[in-house]
Amino acid sequence: MRQFTYTCPKTIEEALKAHTSEAAFIGGGTNLVDLMKMGVERPARLININRLPLTSIEEHEGGVRVGALVSNSDAAAHAFIRERYPVLSEAILAGASQQLRNMATMGGNLLQRTRCYYFYDPSYKECNKRTPGTGCAAKQGFNRIHAILGASEACIAVHPSDMCVALSALDAVVQVTGPKGDRSIPFREFHRLPGSMPQIDTNLRPGELITYIDIPPITYARRSTYLKVRDRNSYAFALVSVAAILDLDSGGTLRQARIALGGVAHKPWRATKAEGLLAGKKVNERIVREAAEAELANAKAYRHNSFKVELAQRSIVRAVIAAGEKNA
Amino acid sequence: MPELIGKPLDRIDGRLKVTGGAPYAYEHQVPNAVYATLIVSSIAKGRIVSMETRRAERTPSVLLVMTHLNAPKLPQLEGQPKKPPTGRVVQVLQDEVVRYANQPIGLVVAESLEAAIEAAHLVEVKYAAEQPELELESRLSQAAAPQKVGGAQDPSATHRGDMQAGMAEADARIEHVYSTPFEVHNPMEPHATIAVWDAPDHLTLYDATQGVFTDRARVAQLLGLQAENVHVISPYLGGGFGSKGPVWSHVILAAMAAKQVNRPVKLAVTRPQMFGMLGFRSQTRQAMAAGAKRDGTLTALSHDTVCHTSTFDEFVESASLPSRMLYATPNNSTSHKLIRSDIGTPSFMRAPGESVGTYGLEAAMDELAYELKMDPLELRLKNYAETDPEKNLPWSSKSLRECYRMGAERFGWSKRSPEPRSMRRGNALVGWGMATSEYPTRRSPSNASARLNADGTFSVDAGTQDLGTGTYTIMTQIAADSFGVAANRVKFRLGDTLLPQTPVSGGSQTAASTGSAVYLAAQALREKLIQTAISDARSPLSGESAQDVALENGRLFSRKDPSKGETFQALLARGGQPYLEAQASAKPGPEKERYSMYAFGAQFVEVHVDADLGQIKVARMVGCFGAGRILNAKTARSQLMGGMVWGISLALYEEAHTDYRLGRWVNNNLAEYHVPTNADVGQIEVLWVDEKDDHINPLGAKGIGEIGITGAGAAIANAVFHATGKRVRDLPITLDKVIA
Amino acid sequence: MSDKSPGDLSVSRREFVGTAVAGGAATVLPAYGQVTEPSPELVACTLTINGQREDIQVDPRVTLLDLLRERLHLTGTKKGCDHGQCGACTVLVDGKRINSCLTLAVMHEGSKITTIEGLAEGSNLHPMQAAFIEFDGFQCGYCTPGQICSAVALLDELKAGAPSAVTPNVAEVRAIEVTDDEIRERMSGNICRCGAYPNIVAAVRAVQSRSNA
Ligand SMILES: Cc1cc2nc3c(=O)[nH]c(=O)nc-3n(C[C@H](O)[C@H](O)[C@H](O)COP(=O)(O)OP(=O)(O)OC[C@H]3O[C@@H](n4cnc5c(N)ncnc54)[C@H](O)[C@@H]3O)c2cc1C
Ligand code: FES
Ligand code: FES
Repeated sequence: MRQFTYTCPKTIEEALKAHTSEAAFIGGGTNLVDLMKMGVERPARLININRLPLTSIEEHEGGVRVGALVSNSDAAAHAFIRERYPVLSEAILAGASQQLRNMATMGGNLLQRTRCYYFYDPSYKECNKRTPGTGCAAKQGFNRIHAILGASEACIAVHPSDMCVALSALDAVVQVTGPKGDRSIPFREFHRLPGSMPQIDTNLRPGELITYIDIPPITYARRSTYLKVRDRNSYAFALVSVAAILDLDSGGTLRQARIALGGVAHKPWRATKAEGLLAGKKVNERIVREAAEAELANAKAYRHNSFKVELAQRSIVRAVIAAGEKNA
Repeated sequence: MPELIGKPLDRIDGRLKVTGGAPYAYEHQVPNAVYATLIVSSIAKGRIVSMETRRAERTPSVLLVMTHLNAPKLPQLEGQPKKPPTGRVVQVLQDEVVRYANQPIGLVVAESLEAAIEAAHLVEVKYAAEQPELELESRLSQAAAPQKVGGAQDPSATHRGDMQAGMAEADARIEHVYSTPFEVHNPMEPHATIAVWDAPDHLTLYDATQGVFTDRARVAQLLGLQAENVHVISPYLGGGFGSKGPVWSHVILAAMAAKQVNRPVKLAVTRPQMFGMLGFRSQTRQAMAAGAKRDGTLTALSHDTVCHTSTFDEFVESASLPSRMLYATPNNSTSHKLIRSDIGTPSFMRAPGESVGTYGLEAAMDELAYELKMDPLELRLKNYAETDPEKNLPWSSKSLRECYRMGAERFGWSKRSPEPRSMRRGNALVGWGMATSEYPTRRSPSNASARLNADGTFSVDAGTQDLGTGTYTIMTQIAADSFGVAANRVKFRLGDTLLPQTPVSGGSQTAASTGSAVYLAAQALREKLIQTAISDARSPLSGESAQDVALENGRLFSRKDPSKGETFQALLARGGQPYLEAQASAKPGPEKERYSMYAFGAQFVEVHVDADLGQIKVARMVGCFGAGRILNAKTARSQLMGGMVWGISLALYEEAHTDYRLGRWVNNNLAEYHVPTNADVGQIEVLWVDEKDDHINPLGAKGIGEIGITGAGAAIANAVFHATGKRVRDLPITLDKVIA
Repeated sequence: MSDKSPGDLSVSRREFVGTAVAGGAATVLPAYGQVTEPSPELVACTLTINGQREDIQVDPRVTLLDLLRERLHLTGTKKGCDHGQCGACTVLVDGKRINSCLTLAVMHEGSKITTIEGLAEGSNLHPMQAAFIEFDGFQCGYCTPGQICSAVALLDELKAGAPSAVTPNVAEVRAIEVTDDEIRERMSGNICRCGAYPNIVAAVRAVQSRSNA
């Protein structure tokens, strides 16, 4: 780990001021410290933001506002979130371990970086995300955990977060503040597809601090579920995951479905095609399967991950049917 | 005094372990110690062209950057006889050649761990890389037969009867290839060493090793020291599973570095570095053929294994061995072949050969049972080997039939519906499978000593190791019984080359080897105490015959008149000795020529497979074993259970994923190299048959450390087939293979 | 073979053995000119570890785990992976379980830290420690301090009604029904390569039910 100077500001202003070019904010540290040990991240200055007053969960404009420094475990266990947005609790609880969730912050979770092997270990020479212009080792390498949607020639990595998949389906809004003032970033615009610049994961600008995550009021969000498919039953990243939230009328017709996928793309993948096909339909396996097939129609698989295409479709079916069986 | 042997005594070392007080290798407090970290190769084959070390050297508190350019030469490295398991060829910065990925190519020593790691990161290495070769399937034509295989140095190929004729006369046949992946031991404690030069020619090593004496011998040989001048200390070990049997490069490098900086050096291998330089299980490709008469009688069985070895050393994953001895078939053929690949040397990993070999064999037997429309258990019973069909020797003992019966009954096997995909619960397809376990019973020469102290307590010593296997506890039990005292009156010491010499803890032989030595030493001391008493006119037992003297509750007394006797303290005090001591050696006798010696078992498994998503859960396992005398019911159960959990891992989770282009294992960490978590292990029941075996060793104990994994992989794979109707012949059975 | 290696550094067997006290001085640094990188700036920090106040000056790169093990000699907390992937380093910080390998010591200014060494009261083991012995919840013991710290925190989490990934309906906020599956999932951040899991579950269950009785 490179040497760095350390500060622990008490106010947001101080934190922003402390942020110079080679600086990094540190939340739980579960991703940043890991990457610093690996030599992927080498900040010269570390700004511990844990003393900032961003640790509460409050009702906000009918929805909920979650401070960027709330721990993942506190968010998942919060009665308000459990009752109104169970899909978010489920998604958080499906990730990592209790120890890690106790450390991990909401803001840090959004910014966690891909678990692509070739990115995580700098002794691999090729990785456009780590060192632009070096190529992508995963395309020709072992790519079982890689993307099937929205990837580019430059990068086929996936975003590893579970929580973000639920936040995507919930149309959360990320509140940030920075040297140039405050901004609100709709969740769908927060993470990026790799395109030709995979080194940039999100649309957060350098030096900007995430302050809150706002979740809008969604009256029907109790009818939701998070499905995580993985290689072992716990403490493993998703191969494929699905957050599904259904707005059903009394006759069982879907007014709206919100579906997001994890483990398949460089960002949480909002399944808008499938959502469009399902709107106005009565939910049954066949209909959902058709919608899922449409969503994955443009999927592109690599040597070791072609199974994800079928798995994603089956997972959508399972999740949507399961959500439909819940009470609103 | 009730006998302690066999009782579920709590672990003697339990208290230290649950309070954090047991020092593992890296945790010994050595004054003035400095930190070393390894630099490893990022290519799998080629040469180092240059290593730019200046930035590293200028890092504050860095004391040494050692590379092949400045490392001391170890002339005795060349031409040494390789003596497995300790005599592996090491890579200790003697040349610029890179032979496998993650090979040590340098080492940094600094006052702080942080500085050492950062400096290592700053070393820039330029390579002339060559294309590594690690594929098995595409290079089968390069495979060559090794001379010998396995721990017992068995022949690499065998032929019995006429395989072709046997297949021809069969009514049902199967021929399939089964494969198993690269697997890495990954004990929770990473390999670690503290090297201390107490004098220019005397080295003390606190080393995480499964064999303090084999460690000593190999280190002395490589460094040109007298064996007596190497002191190895290893009182606690955070698992080994075979990986801490051989002396690997880092141990020698730590000693070399300590000499260079003239300070004690602490070196721990990092988790990612553990993938490659410390041994691992080779991939295997197992071609099985079997034929049977309609009634299930096997007419032919063959098992041909191909696996990797390194380009510079040899190790065979002896997977075909089980097919030689498990079933009574007149026509049998087995073989092993090796392919040289650009990898570190594979090595012993929990039940080497047998773990993956029983998978190939027992999965094939399952397939044959379906061909025959016969219950898989029936097929096994039909071909039960009453004697060892290969060696033509009687078994020293064999309770397999009883294991099948007890296991099946406990599991409820008779309620199985034979059709695949016929049992369902919600989204889950339910499958039941079974398989046979076996593991050879071995022993090696071992020594122990026992001493009565002036305060009436006993000290018992043997250099051996406790990997979590319960050595501390069972040795204490064995000794305490001889002296008729409670366990807390006996202090058993191990893990030190100053104690009596013992073999490596591998091959499930510690109880049989060192347990026997401890037993004989304790018995010898007991005799000595009795003799001392009865031949001393001042003793109340003077003139008694030895058989009439008993030891109990800290006393010697006459069986005829229990009031006649004396305490141990009194006995010692009168003689004026500070202590009385006895030593013993236990060696294998002629039993090996007279008997074929194995432990056996049967495993039954229920899996739940998600019908759509392919996710598999092991809901329950029942294992029943015949493993001789069980020395501690609690620790034995844990050992067998741990083996079964390894079976779950083998069947469903573990695999080092290879990037063949780069010759590297990409998932070299515990997040992506999946071993089971708590949530992956359902209910496990462990049973055993009360088995008495007077032939194997004085204790009648067979090893139990490894048999649990044997058969388990096949039982799970067979259950997955029964659940889904889909036969996956390539472990691990991950969900992609199930839904494919 | 290394023909490039300076002759004076490649010593014969004899010499290799013999150079120890002389110190192999040729290679002990600094030997290549002056040190150019600055020394790390130490940060002052106060934390309470097992009830004892520790005032430390520490390189901010030092993880809480390495602080405990290498500087305070509290080696009961184990390093299994150093990357948050195994749980061997689990300690309690202000009552919550965390992986001490992925957090920096300086981030815990003012925190109360409990390690495995701080669970027993004098010679009285914590009930969880005793249960791990009773149910043989370990073999090699290397994952054990982490498992026990984890299990101790787990009981509090259950009491607080915190849900897990296998809690049937998280939307209904109510007392958790403690099943084996709940314990398994909640203990899954602690890898045990020895495979002691069923015994760990038994130990946790026993303490949990005894504490409710
Ligand atoms: C072994 C392991 C398994 C895991 N398994 C899963 C899993 O299954 N599912 C899953 O979803 N996740 C998993 N994770 C990832 C985990 O969820 C993330 O590491 C965690 O959410 C990151 O949060 P943090 O607060 O620790 O972030 P940090 O490590 O502190 O920071 C991450 C990044 O965010 C930046 N940052 C942090 N806070 C802010 C802020 N407020 N404003 C601006 N920038 C900020 C940092 O500078 C850094 O770049 C796993 C992690 C590990 C180590
Ligand atoms: S050492 Fe911290 S989780 Fe493994
Ligand atoms: S007891 Fe050995 S790893 Fe858990």
